[in-house]
Amino acid sequence: MSVELIRERWPGKVFTVTIGATPAEGGTRARALTIGGHTSLPFAGDAPSPHRPLVAMEVLDVVPPDWPAHLREPLADVLGRPAEWARKCVEDYGADLVCLRLASPHPDGQDAPPDAAVATVRAVLEAVPVPLVILGCGHADKDNEVWPRVTEATRGERCLIGMAVPENYKTLVVACLADGHNVLAEAPIDINIQKQLNILISEMGLPPDRIVLHPGTASLGYGLEYEYSIMERIRLAGLQGDKMLAQPLAAVIGSEAWKAKEARLAEEAMPAWGTAAERGPAWEAATAAAFLQAGADIVVLLHPAAVAAVRRVVAELAAVPAEA
Amino acid sequence: MFIIGERINGMFRSVARAIRERDGAAIADLARRQVAAGAHALDINTGPVGEDPAEVMTWLVQTVQEATDVPLSIDSPKPAVIAAGLRACRGRALINSTTGAREKLDALLPLAQEYGAELIALTIDERGIPRNAAARAEIALAIVARAMEAGFPTDRLYLDPIVLPVSAAQDQCREALAAMPAFRTLCEPAPHIIIGLSNVSQGTTNRSLINRTYLAMAMAMGCDAAILDPLDRDLMDVMRTASVLLNQEIYCDGYLQPAEGRR
Repeated sequence: MSVELIRERWPGKVFTVTIGATPAEGGTRARALTIGGHTSLPFAGDAPSPHRPLVAMEVLDVVPPDWPAHLREPLADVLGRPAEWARKCVEDYGADLVCLRLASPHPDGQDAPPDAAVATVRAVLEAVPVPLVILGCGHADKDNEVWPRVTEATRGERCLIGMAVPENYKTLVVACLADGHNVLAEAPIDINIQKQLNILISEMGLPPDRIVLHPGTASLGYGLEYEYSIMERIRLAGLQGDKMLAQPLAAVIGSEAWKAKEARLAEEAMPAWGTAAERGPAWEAATAAAFLQAGADIVVLLHPAAVAAVRRVVAELAAVPAEA
Repeated sequence: MFIIGERINGMFRSVARAIRERDGAAIADLARRQVAAGAHALDINTGPVGEDPAEVMTWLVQTVQEATDVPLSIDSPKPAVIAAGLRACRGRALINSTTGAREKLDALLPLAQEYGAELIALTIDERGIPRNAAARAEIALAIVARAMEAGFPTDRLYLDPIVLPVSAAQDQCREALAAMPAFRTLCEPAPHIIIGLSNVSQGTTNRSLINRTYLAMAMAMGCDAAILDPLDRDLMDVMRTASVLLNQEIYCDGYLQPAEGRR
């Protein structure tokens, strides 16, 4: 007896967003990457997604002093050298994207001038052929100084730049509009505010297919289920036809997962928890695996072992083979 | 909520003039304005034209299609005119409308199947307009049964419980609402429930207020489609607010803000 599979059909569709531009498209990337386009829940088999999730690796221009040794160790030769770090992410670990976090301009840290940030961005852009995600330092005034310089220096490269937040989105949106970039819009664990932010950004003239949503930061044991359920609700609303929640989703996981004591603690401090070198990456990878199930289109990771594990998860889950 | 814009109808004087003078620009403008205001589909009705109504329907459909690509609701009491509209229609189409009367269903169900169109069905039959919710449900059941017999998917069926003017048949406003939950339980997948909203306020002085009050009530009873005037901004605001209150749409502070991308 044959069993008829019930396939759920939705009226809406998640927008596609393309990150990166080839020379033919006015950029310098080896190829552009497209995310989104989904017409069903992730990996549900109702309708295969046209674009698989991407694994990005985070590269910082300043490494927090409190990073544990077992996170520093695999990256020891490149820490403090963002361009080399980025190259290692792509060449050695197979990252689809590099996510460059410009932490150095923060006034409480190095308070680096915008010029320095621009130089870092240029160096990373030259070092790798993949598209870039660029994150600011999170200090509104300083970000607003840095962003327009960064978008100008990368004009035509169609980067994904964030975070636009409800309190500070206008400068970034104007800069991205002018220089042809995509905007990463963040509303922490609040679907109503995420939608509101999208409406505000759209009303400035940025098309809805140039926005990626970042509905918060969380990790296993520290709010994962809240972010998971918000991502799931966003996807459901988008599939039901709400165009202001029909954008692809990003999850910046690495830096958050490594805040968890379960990831950080040295072996001697908690022998019962097992090898630190495995525990940290596992924390990161488990968080990423959950968010992929919730609909993340980009997961941003730090540890190479986590990247390897998540790349396997994506390959096994995705109904379509990786692009290229 | 599926909104069908009602404005391209020869009953309106300006539309009648545009038809008479074959003023395509005026029709196209009306089509674009309704879509910009939030209509998901457009109703096309020639109104009472002296000349060949099939030819007028064809012209209207072609003219509107040049301006927008939304689905069209081909609206005529005459099956031949509907057929002409469907032939001209390139995209998704709805037939507006059949009734429960045998003769109508026999003519329009095959037409819907032939053209892959959805079908709006008024719950009236040879006996006329039903007097209460139960009688509406009885006709609805007959329509659903016919559709299922013919192999027509019930989720492509839009049942209309017949909204009558409050000024003429006050008791019927409530009966039409009461029929809606019954319609939804008739079959699986459930049929859509549609209303021709503006009829409720025919002959009254507070048309917009009555329309939007009734729309909110109908949505609460399960109505998921309406033929209405999308250029009535208050009405559209009530529709969006009711969608939020019924948890059909995610709330945010700017949910009423007009943004083309949201539609």
